[in-house]
Amino acid sequence: MKLLLKNGRVVDPASGRDGAFDVLIENGKVARIEKNLPANGAEVLEIAPGWIVAPGLIDVHVHLREPGQEHKETVATGAASAIAGGFTAVACMPNTDPVNDHAGITQFILKKAAEAQLARVYPIGAVSIGSKGEQLAELGEQKAAGCIAFTDDGRPVATALLMRRALEYAGMLRVPIINHCEDPSLKGDGVAHEGYHASALGLRGIPGVAESLMVERDVSLAELTNGHVHIAHMSARQSLRAVRAGKSRGVRVTCEVAPHHFTLTDESLEGPPKYDTNFKMNPPLREAADRDAMLEGISDGSVDLIATDHAPHHADEKMLEFDRAPFGIVGLETAVPIVCDRLLHAGRITVARLIELLSVNPARVFNLPGGSLAEGVAADVTIIAPDLKSTVTASTLRSKSKNTPFDGWELRGGVAATIVDGRPVYKNPSAFGSSR
Amino acid sequence: MTTRAIDLTAGPSSGPGPNGPAAEPPVSQLRSRHLLGIAGLDAHEITLILDTAEAMKEIGKRAIKKVPTLRGRTVVNLFFEPSTRTRTSFEIAEKRLSADTLSIATATSSVTKGETLIDTVRNLEAMSPDMIVMRHASSGAAELLARMCQSTIINAGDGMHEHPTQALLDAFTIREHKRRLAGLKVAIVGDLMHSRVLRSNVLLLKTMGADVWACGPSTLMPVGIERLGARATISGDEAVEGADVVMLLRIQHERMHGHFIPSVREYFTLFGMTAERVRRARPDVIVMHPGPMNRGVEIDSEVADAPYSVILEQVSNGVAVRMAVLYLLSGRERREDEID
Repeated sequence: MKLLLKNGRVVDPASGRDGAFDVLIENGKVARIEKNLPANGAEVLEIAPGWIVAPGLIDVHVHLREPGQEHKETVATGAASAIAGGFTAVACMPNTDPVNDHAGITQFILKKAAEAQLARVYPIGAVSIGSKGEQLAELGEQKAAGCIAFTDDGRPVATALLMRRALEYAGMLRVPIINHCEDPSLKGDGVAHEGYHASALGLRGIPGVAESLMVERDVSLAELTNGHVHIAHMSARQSLRAVRAGKSRGVRVTCEVAPHHFTLTDESLEGPPKYDTNFKMNPPLREAADRDAMLEGISDGSVDLIATDHAPHHADEKMLEFDRAPFGIVGLETAVPIVCDRLLHAGRITVARLIELLSVNPARVFNLPGGSLAEGVAADVTIIAPDLKSTVTASTLRSKSKNTPFDGWELRGGVAATIVDGRPVYKNPSAFGSSR
Repeated sequence: MTTRAIDLTAGPSSGPGPNGPAAEPPVSQLRSRHLLGIAGLDAHEITLILDTAEAMKEIGKRAIKKVPTLRGRTVVNLFFEPSTRTRTSFEIAEKRLSADTLSIATATSSVTKGETLIDTVRNLEAMSPDMIVMRHASSGAAELLARMCQSTIINAGDGMHEHPTQALLDAFTIREHKRRLAGLKVAIVGDLMHSRVLRSNVLLLKTMGADVWACGPSTLMPVGIERLGARATISGDEAVEGADVVMLLRIQHERMHGHFIPSVREYFTLFGMTAERVRRARPDVIVMHPGPMNRGVEIDSEVADAPYSVILEQVSNGVAVRMAVLYLLSGRERREDEID
């Protein structure tokens, strides 16, 4: 099967390519990238003016909920959501039920992903058995089964000793440890960022320092062990400071920021409506100074990548009192519109940096295939329509869950099409017109 | 302060009386059909409730303490947290207005069977109550009900958020003694962080022009207290100095577990309201407490039982203020029905 992407602006930061080219895809691989390629029997996909042909986007922080919480999401529905959001690959967190702390569960997830045949799915294994922080899981066997990194996400790696050993052991396996950084005693039973708005609403607060204290710990431990620590869903300005300090002295620390943390602040909790649980996530939406720090880190390069922390929850679970509802929001299908609207069109990043944040760096940090559009690589391609206007509509999301804080938002920028392994798995009807 | 003339004998068909005293009040009804917090009220609305409560208080002094105002209305008191004072106060207020009332306490509710709050309330609503008075441990629970359910919701305390009828009865009590709220120095001393009474009182007193001081140990000082409208101090003496009103908040013994205070003994030493400290206030100071009070922790018994203590008056006034709220909200609801 042959597919010709005709007349696109190909942007491939890995090779420095940025210009109008045709891309010929053959047998699932990028065969040729040249100007004016003949169709020669290939199916032709006309790329509209202004659209960007990019290496497939990769979201390294996604909760697919299977096994165990299939009422929220499954590997198949999560993968469908991913491709609708322009992600050709996702890495899924191990806080399933049971926790993915064993090769057998990793294999189960990979089997479900293969059956779905939508996005690539890279499982992330648990650092400790049951993510309980007591005993190191069999990282070697999990890696052999397909895990690309390890984390006890949903919770922090419990002790400095466990983190030290995990970094040492994972270093031997050449994979990173991802940490959900949060000091449990400072977090307490907090449900919102500790600040004026939590005070006004009577919500228990979580200070930014609850996060940055552990970021500082982990940077020190990565320095000690020469291991690679990746800071998940960074939200606090103090954490960014710690990451920058680590990077400046050569520590192997990388970090990600989620779209909601560079877009929203805790003021959203004031509504209307007040106490909307679609604004409840962990780490919480922080104050403007933190949001602005995340934007700055994205612009200046100290933030390595954008990941969504896609965390589906059933409507019944979210329709509770604020302090009783679960943390988390879906993010796969709103990421590209938000990144385009809030970063690209706001002049904070270039197109090349956008692709770095969403494709090149996720691949590099986690040593994944992809992140480039060179001849011979697997044809995972995302076609971005940066000027496509769309309105986020929660009810039409492909994800099984609809818990987004962005419902009704009008955004400029979206995904036109997603190609995985040479197969066009998603075409956005509003980008290609109703005839498609 | 003039008492507004309100016809309380005419039954549910009458609205707030149009034939008031010479000066027509700026507002004659509340904008919202719910009372979720002080945050939604402006100064005119607060004044309307306090003025209405004065008329209600008079009913409580009669031999027959009952008017037919809410006859045929059903009010459900839904208490998910233990409460004696507030629940009793609402029940008495409802009965004096001739409403049919039903009180549900958490131990007998379906919540223990795993039912959600919204399902519990929707089931109650299937039996057509007019108003639901709710006390709940979660901040925002009243807002959630107002958004998801049909009834008029009165917030009887939600988590650490608001307790609007408490602030209203406190304001009513202050106004009875001081004849005004504007310009008064009100010192609120105690567990500021966990107190819904603090939040509602700061909002109300600030809206009415009082000078509000919030005092407590730095561990119990909410972030952004000044932006909420209070001046913060960790000195009990400074807070009380020249105060017209001293309001104490309960210190719960479990606060020691969060490392907020080392002991109630030390708390009393640093912040406890003693007669000696009260002498720093104005000679005509009144001392208040929303209850339940811990004698010897936040308040010395000598202060609690002193002539300047108005703690029991607060309880009495609670009934009148709650009658006023029930009355004003029932009127609002009826007008909407008429439009339909």
